[in-house]
Amino acid sequence: MAFPPHVGADILVPMSTDRVPAAIVGPGNIGTDLLAKLQRSPAIEVAYMVGVVESDGLKRARDKGIAASAEGVDWLLRQDPLPQIVFEATSAKAHQANAPRYAEAGIQAVDLTPAHLGPMVCPPVNLRDHIDAPNVSMITCGGQATIPMVHAVSRVTRVPYAEIVASVASRGAGPGTRANIDEFTHTTSGAVSEVGGAERGKAIIILNPVEPPMIMRDTVFCMIGPDADHDAISASIHEMALEVQQYVPGYTLRAEPQFDDPRDSWQGNGRVAVFLEVKGNGDYLPEYAGNLDIMTAAAARVGELMAAEKLEAAR
Amino acid sequence: MRPELKHDIRLIDTTLRDGSHAMAHQFTEQQVRDTVRALDRAGVEVIEVTHGDGLGGSSFNYGFSHTDEMTLIAAAREEARQARIAVLLVPGIGTVDDLKRARDAGADMVRVATHCTEADVSPQHFQAARDLGMETAGFLMMAHRTPPEDLAKQARIMVDAGCQAPYCTDSAGALLMHEAKARFEALVAEVGDEAWVGYHGHQNLSFGVANSVIAQEVGVRYIDGSLCALGAGSGNSPTEVLAAVFDRLGVDTGVDVMALLDAAEDVVRPYLNRWPKMDRNAIVQGWAGVYSSFLLHAEAAAERYKVPAHAILRRCGEIGLVGGQEDMIIDVALQLAAEGER
Repeated sequence: MAFPPHVGADILVPMSTDRVPAAIVGPGNIGTDLLAKLQRSPAIEVAYMVGVVESDGLKRARDKGIAASAEGVDWLLRQDPLPQIVFEATSAKAHQANAPRYAEAGIQAVDLTPAHLGPMVCPPVNLRDHIDAPNVSMITCGGQATIPMVHAVSRVTRVPYAEIVASVASRGAGPGTRANIDEFTHTTSGAVSEVGGAERGKAIIILNPVEPPMIMRDTVFCMIGPDADHDAISASIHEMALEVQQYVPGYTLRAEPQFDDPRDSWQGNGRVAVFLEVKGNGDYLPEYAGNLDIMTAAAARVGELMAAEKLEAAR
Repeated sequence: MRPELKHDIRLIDTTLRDGSHAMAHQFTEQQVRDTVRALDRAGVEVIEVTHGDGLGGSSFNYGFSHTDEMTLIAAAREEARQARIAVLLVPGIGTVDDLKRARDAGADMVRVATHCTEADVSPQHFQAARDLGMETAGFLMMAHRTPPEDLAKQARIMVDAGCQAPYCTDSAGALLMHEAKARFEALVAEVGDEAWVGYHGHQNLSFGVANSVIAQEVGVRYIDGSLCALGAGSGNSPTEVLAAVFDRLGVDTGVDVMALLDAAEDVVRPYLNRWPKMDRNAIVQGWAGVYSSFLLHAEAAAERYKVPAHAILRRCGEIGLVGGQEDMIIDVALQLAAEGER
């Protein structure tokens, strides 16, 4: 792996001052919130913010001393040094066009759009498996909130079926999500099984316009065998909540996991229900928009661990 | 683009969809066949058959279906001679894939349902329905939660996306007569030249039939009912009562009142395990503006967590839950139980 250009000159520089150069493509609300999070990172230096038209987001980045351009990925790929990691917060269509160019330039891409070109990653579940992947997909907001809990159960006991319900404040659901809400349902249900480890998955999303806006809420239902070890499942759920809290401090269990006795209509299986609240960090996005915050926080986490890996390899 | 009306109004029966809530989604194929045959014979033009929460609703959150809804839709299609078979689709729960399967199973019409302020999640589904050659209607659910002029703007979004009949859907049975009328008038004024306006009522405050009469007077042309009121909460406007009332008013529905009374009495009543009624819990739903489908879930949570169902439902209204958030009922029950211990 190549040295980070601004680091390689002097390998005696302590690790803590070495940071991997990165870019954010898409200077909207998500990109701006991500910038705030990454500016706290010991491993990543956001060197570039890229848009395709002049915008407040580009101006905000410049105000923070970051090189920002409205000339798109063409501009980004002319920069020296090139970023080693790019965070894409544009649209599925834009990412489909940009992804091959990042790959060609040897830049790792963390994709927050619904393009889903690379493997789906959820940091505490499967990031280790994909830390070197040229492109990773951040799944969906509901996926980032719930898949850790599906995994927390499926690592302890067989989960024939898992179902998640994501309740999001209307104000936190943008036009892209609204125009293609089926995309959320399909992607999330696929990830509940593929990443979460349930044999079958289902996902439901509800938009609630109540004022003041509701904080994101998620419920995870897992089907479990009649003899499943409830204490072990509960312990695993609590442990996972702590892991997610490392990068989303406002990720909390609303109540103890609730176990339901086996029923005939569940093919003799029982059920565990996990009730989650995801309060955003309020970096740029409002606190209620935990659905957006958990995307940027998880993407920052992914970038952070990718960067640490690069720094480790460079040492 | 809207279909021609055969009669003064179009009665749409939702016994086999909204009624699915009251049946805890346990309809059998035989019950569906018998009900469709009776409704069809009585002259009801549209019969809705789906899981109560729409296509894909079979789940932990809403309750698993006894019989796969595609099997029930296909059975309904086989039994219906003149009636069209409709399905409900709630974006966020069901998808276009589910709609295609329903079309293949024989559904002729889809009613796409969103919360009353969230119509912009529906265009994808209206477009798909048009591509599939289906008739369309749109449910603006919990219509009491937004003012008439805003409801009309949401109806406009649906109509522009291909909806032939946006509805004022009183999911909580909360609309008083003047509130319902204002919404009907706003919708008719906004889209009445190009689409039909519909009304879907619940009986929680006993206004389903009364509001249907007002609806007809101000130009609403699609009116929903269920036999024996079978539906969520204290049920829907009873189709057989609507037929009798409109007959008395001289409003032509194309329906044979006696045949419909027979259908209610001889076909539906024998299989009811609960006759929807205006009991304390259901009245609280209308009073506090709570999604009617929460009723059975609140009763189950009440039993498990030892807190009154009406207290759960009131809290659901206070915190502004919307349709589909059934999972929150457990959360609310847990909170109330914890508050009780303090």
